[in-house]
Amino acid sequence: MTELLSPALILVAGALLTALLRGHLRTVVILVAPLATLWAIWQVPDGVGATLPFLDYRLEPVEGSPLRRLFATVFALMAFAGGLFAFRQARWYELAAAQAYAAGAVGVCFAGDLITLFLYWELMALFSTVIVWSGGTPAARAAGIRYAIMHLFGGVILKVGIEGIVIHTGSIDIQPMLATNFDTWMVLIGILINAAAPPVSAWLSDAYPESSPTGSVFLSAFTTKTAVLALIMLFPGEPVLIGVGLFMVMYGIIYALLENDARRILAYSIVNQVGFMVCAVGIGTQMALNGAAAHAFAHIIYKALLFMSAGVVVYRTGKTKCTDLGGLFRTMPLTTVCGIIGALAISGFPLTSGFTTKNMIAQAAIGESLTVVYFALAAASAGVFLHAGIKFPWFVFFQRDSGLRPKDAPWNMAAAMVLFSALCILIGVFPEVFYRFLPFPVTYEAYTAGKVLFYLQLLLFSGLAFFLLLPLMQRTLTISLDTDWIWRVALHSLAGRSYEGLARAGRFIEARVRAAIGGTIARVQRYLDSPASDRAGRLEIFSRAQPIGSTALWIAVLLTGYVLAYFL
Amino acid sequence: MNRPESDRPESDRPELNRPGPNPPDSDHWLTRPGTIRLIWRVFIAVLAATVLAQLLIKIKGYFGVDGWFGFGAAYGFLACLAMVLFAKLLGAVLKRDESYYSERARDD
Repeated sequence: MTELLSPALILVAGALLTALLRGHLRTVVILVAPLATLWAIWQVPDGVGATLPFLDYRLEPVEGSPLRRLFATVFALMAFAGGLFAFRQARWYELAAAQAYAAGAVGVCFAGDLITLFLYWELMALFSTVIVWSGGTPAARAAGIRYAIMHLFGGVILKVGIEGIVIHTGSIDIQPMLATNFDTWMVLIGILINAAAPPVSAWLSDAYPESSPTGSVFLSAFTTKTAVLALIMLFPGEPVLIGVGLFMVMYGIIYALLENDARRILAYSIVNQVGFMVCAVGIGTQMALNGAAAHAFAHIIYKALLFMSAGVVVYRTGKTKCTDLGGLFRTMPLTTVCGIIGALAISGFPLTSGFTTKNMIAQAAIGESLTVVYFALAAASAGVFLHAGIKFPWFVFFQRDSGLRPKDAPWNMAAAMVLFSALCILIGVFPEVFYRFLPFPVTYEAYTAGKVLFYLQLLLFSGLAFFLLLPLMQRTLTISLDTDWIWRVALHSLAGRSYEGLARAGRFIEARVRAAIGGTIARVQRYLDSPASDRAGRLEIFSRAQPIGSTALWIAVLLTGYVLAYFL
Repeated sequence: MNRPESDRPESDRPELNRPGPNPPDSDHWLTRPGTIRLIWRVFIAVLAATVLAQLLIKIKGYFGVDGWFGFGAAYGFLACLAMVLFAKLLGAVLKRDESYYSERARDD
């Protein structure tokens, strides 16, 4: 029986208890549930434990493998550190939603079949939306609705693909496939929507920065990385992913360079980093998949760390724009140092986790002699240092003196940041310990003198470029248009116009129908020469005959209008 | 635990962190021109050292050019230059006032 129980269920119970309990008991649940999950994750044996009959299928709620345990481990770690970071500052519903969201992510890790995977996938969509809403502002509410629509839409596409695969192959197993027909394309597109791939990358930078100072820490971790895991399990070596990944890498850099909001800079850099992983899955060799998994693990930690340092700044100052911030290092030394460690790690500086994980992907490109991919990734590594490695800490903690003198992080936020800073450095300094947990045997040597020197040149001269080009990068009070313009403006005004058109058509049809019916009645009455014709004109408004068609039409128009007005 | 905004200690509340006319520590040693000059000098020395170190340490070139002397330095610098210029160019087309979407919402 116990082999049917996914470790995710511990977090589901944790979410329920978090919602029900108050005070210290709740704190205990928030901190203990992720650790208990972590323990349970390492009790899951390789392979399928047991099956559960459901309709005509046999579900496999728990399937273990080193890859699945690796992702589940970092998700549980994230739930713990995020809980520690947030438990004194966040609202209870955000904390409960975060546990349920993490439960979805852990559930996806161990899902042995496509139906179970889909259920946990939607659990994540549901509770991540609650976290976006927990931002509490009108902007967060609107962004949360757009976020929910995007993820429900992605879920429908994924479900269409899964149904197709089930019908055409009869199998619900999770196994490697290539995008060769309609079904597999739908599954691939459904997963890529969650990975923030083009053309819908904008959902991520739209929603995450609107959440609360603590909410963005949780949001940064789960959705995109479960998508990476799903890609590793379902589409290793799918060539389309190389191009998609490279596009995401460059998109993230360029948009982050244009951005003024500190947390939105970090949101764009998630797309950039996930691009590295998607590209690695596209390369598909053992080295590349190891690189994708290792990079996802390291990325969750340093990106959460960056969002934590940004979160502390937002929590203490209430400001998030680079133009309002600056000079905070004076009174926030710990937050500054932790932010810098996260920034160095994301840039892949030697002795940090980025160096020992991301460079495996470059090595995989070398192994397959993919010249263009290799040089694009090298340029992107330089670009990461530019937009996240220096730009984020520089504009938030240094640049000019904004005059703000906020206090440093509260103790629980500080503890979470120190924990993740330590992990960034440990994975960077002792990579061989970490490599043991990767899905395939590692032959990669992280530190060679030549490699360290090459990346030091690449990164330090990117730093030089940043400071020389600083006049070109002065922050402006602007946003940058993205593909979300299509649904936020173009589709919106199209909907408004079609609503008007529909209303006009309705009035026209109604008038014609009334005229036709009136004419018919008049003709019938003339024919019968009935005395009732004298009374017809005297009927009051509610006793007049109304054609059913006109009523139905008006109800349809009203409902359409209501739905549009509500969502847009 | 989850105290409402008004219950938090005063120093926790953002609106009370506003600076006075002369914020303390505005002349931090890190921001003095002398320190900044020194940081630049050290930075340039380190940059030069990473390139010159290539005389001693061989960087393995997997595709030919990436083993050239100073290739990493030149490539990093030029890649960043290209990306910043491209972003600048794209920004001219894509940048809008930050109230762009909120004003549209109000118009409807």
